[in-house]
Amino acid sequence: MRHSLKIVAALGAASLLIAGCGKPSSSNATDQPTATDSTSGTTSTASLKACMVLDVGGVDDHSFNQSSWAGMTAANKANPNVKISYVSSASQNDYVPNLTAETNKGCDTVIAVGGLMGAAVAKIAKKNPDQHYAEIDSPSSGKNVYGLQYNTAQGGFLGGYLAAAMTKTGKVATYGGLNIPPVTIYMDGFWEGVQYFNQQKGKNVQVLGWDEKNQKGGTFAQSFTDANKGKQLTAQFQQQGADIVFPVAGGTGIGSAAAAAASGGQLSVIWVDTDGCESVAQYCKYFLTSVTKNLADSVEEYVNKAASGQFPQGNYVGTLENDGTGLAPFHDFDSKVPAEVKSELDTVKQDIISGKIKITSPSQPQ
Amino acid sequence: MSEATRDPAADPQAAAATTPEEPEEPRGFWARYARANSLVVTLLAFVAAMVLGGILIAIADTRTQDASHYFFQYPWDTFRYGFAAIWHGYVALFQGAIFNPHTAAKGTWAGYVGPISETLTNATPLILGGLSVGLAFRAGLFNIGGQGQVIMGAVCAGFIGFHYHLPPGLHLLLGIIAGALGGAAWGGLAGLLKAKTGAHEVITTIMLNYVAVSLLAYLLSVKGFQAPPYGQAISNPVYKSAQLPPLLGSSVRVHGGLILAVLAAAFVSWLLNRSTLGFRLKAVGANQYASRTAGMSVEGSYITVMLIAGALCGLAGVSQILGTNSQLTGDIDAGIGFDAITVALLGRANAKGIVAAGLLFGALHAGGTQMQSATGTPIDLVQVIQSLIVLFIAAPMLIRAIFRLKGTAAGVGGGELAKGWNG
Repeated sequence: MRHSLKIVAALGAASLLIAGCGKPSSSNATDQPTATDSTSGTTSTASLKACMVLDVGGVDDHSFNQSSWAGMTAANKANPNVKISYVSSASQNDYVPNLTAETNKGCDTVIAVGGLMGAAVAKIAKKNPDQHYAEIDSPSSGKNVYGLQYNTAQGGFLGGYLAAAMTKTGKVATYGGLNIPPVTIYMDGFWEGVQYFNQQKGKNVQVLGWDEKNQKGGTFAQSFTDANKGKQLTAQFQQQGADIVFPVAGGTGIGSAAAAAASGGQLSVIWVDTDGCESVAQYCKYFLTSVTKNLADSVEEYVNKAASGQFPQGNYVGTLENDGTGLAPFHDFDSKVPAEVKSELDTVKQDIISGKIKITSPSQPQ
Repeated sequence: MSEATRDPAADPQAAAATTPEEPEEPRGFWARYARANSLVVTLLAFVAAMVLGGILIAIADTRTQDASHYFFQYPWDTFRYGFAAIWHGYVALFQGAIFNPHTAAKGTWAGYVGPISETLTNATPLILGGLSVGLAFRAGLFNIGGQGQVIMGAVCAGFIGFHYHLPPGLHLLLGIIAGALGGAAWGGLAGLLKAKTGAHEVITTIMLNYVAVSLLAYLLSVKGFQAPPYGQAISNPVYKSAQLPPLLGSSVRVHGGLILAVLAAAFVSWLLNRSTLGFRLKAVGANQYASRTAGMSVEGSYITVMLIAGALCGLAGVSQILGTNSQLTGDIDAGIGFDAITVALLGRANAKGIVAAGLLFGALHAGGTQMQSATGTPIDLVQVIQSLIVLFIAAPMLIRAIFRLKGTAAGVGGGELAKGWNG
């Protein structure tokens, strides 16, 4: 009896506390599916059901799954008639069943994230010739498959050139998460950018951690999540004299930022994939810049085109020219990067676009 | 669940569980484990896991979350949306695993048998891996090396599959043999280390997993192994002549690996119950000192059982590379090596049980894919349910307490807690 009284009292108190916290929004109270029906009826010109099949790692992987999904949510925000959903893959066994389930669900387009899914997309797309697909990091395999690829060696090249121009010690460093082409393509570009700087200026800036001529070598953290390993590698590079580090290793790179924070201004970092001042904002002041891979914008653009009824065909290759890759703003370093270097970077960028500078990375999209 | 808690007498299954106990303490882990877990406990563990899983589905559901913010004004909304989420989730789970009326309505063959095909496709490597782990259990060894053995099996079978051009039947046969040998070598290595140096197999198999993972990552960057244009860490595709034939037509995925799994289950069943070797393995598993005194070669048994267990995991790798997928990637093992441990536990390390457990987990995974697509419930939930089932089975006292089952008293639970795997 005493127990039940206590429970009643506790419940009463809790309800008083919580009752103030929330009220049903009008749409919830009136059970809303009709609302969306009526809107889709009036503005049917640009509506789309876009479904995404993510690769292993989950939607919050700080990497390509997350960036690709960000493009979907941006498209949905701009146009609520674009209905978005995703499924994630627990292993490569799930590629085919996930693509099949999304195809059967009645999606207008199915967007597959990750080059490893290429073969599965090709197979399913062949079986469903009337269904539209998009495939990220792999070329188009048919009329109904749109391929999105990114030549991030071009962005890496600019990063390398900038690092070489900014180093005080004459040594810069880079390391990867794993020795796989989507990672090493950045490192190739970085390495080439430094070599180009040396050749132009008659300097001898060294790159630690990677040599494009030796694709089997190089420094790798063997992880995209282990920040401690990133910190350790960065400390080693610093001991060897490097003062700018370019980690190509997702969350592992946060360790480099932490090492830069601990170095008291000795060391700075070039972030990868996204603008580090947005994705890892707490370390913004240690980021010289970021080499970006613009998944989100290109996915959003594809979804918008598809929503207007024009499914693009063939391949998109993200380059410096179409801002599919490039350098993020300098943010806190803006005042420290000399105007001369900035204008040189613009020239280098134009020369890459015009083909005057040839990039030799073997990992570039064909 | 609550009804069952209050009224155990009305539940015939619960009544059946109250079998009289034998007085003496059984020897060896498996004897104790098998006795403590009647079929009823297994079933109830499944029910309890599904109930808990249902609660998690409701919690993960965004509409239920929104409704819970005004719980004290309209509590019914929370329950209504919560139950709707659970219902839709489990309906989708069933549709993905057994039969889906929506796809069947299209009238295609794949629409009818697709879900069953998915269940069998997912179950195939789990059964093979489960047999491997279960067999090693029976000989007193804990084979955590499934991952490495699956990878080595897949690498060897895949290499035969994409590197050589051979006539159809022969090519497949060689691929299967290569896969089994690859796995056997990796498992046998751990057995050899255990027999010759006494190195604990848990340590060596885990370390060999790392070696296999890194070896695969290296191979996927070697030209001749990696697929052109060398832009991704993925191997060349296996030639058609080396692929396991589809069992239910080419429009669905289930493949000849299933036959391998059934044959392997029959073999393991014969080995354990009918053969001299199996008797020796079980004797060593029950008490290695007594076996040694009786003149059996304990070292030989360790090596033999790890060779066979490795070969079985190698066959799981064969199913992965010559059946389900056609190209190697870094995660060709797809977690099978570790799921196999739970399959073997659930199947109580006998062949029939492992086949049933493999089918159940295969169905859960196939259903999970559909559940994720249809309702947005994360596929991770399926793994949670699988883990809960095993957790409940590993803690039979908990299930007996939840469902108020009479019978086995504290002795069993306490004994199991006190003793380890090889006790």
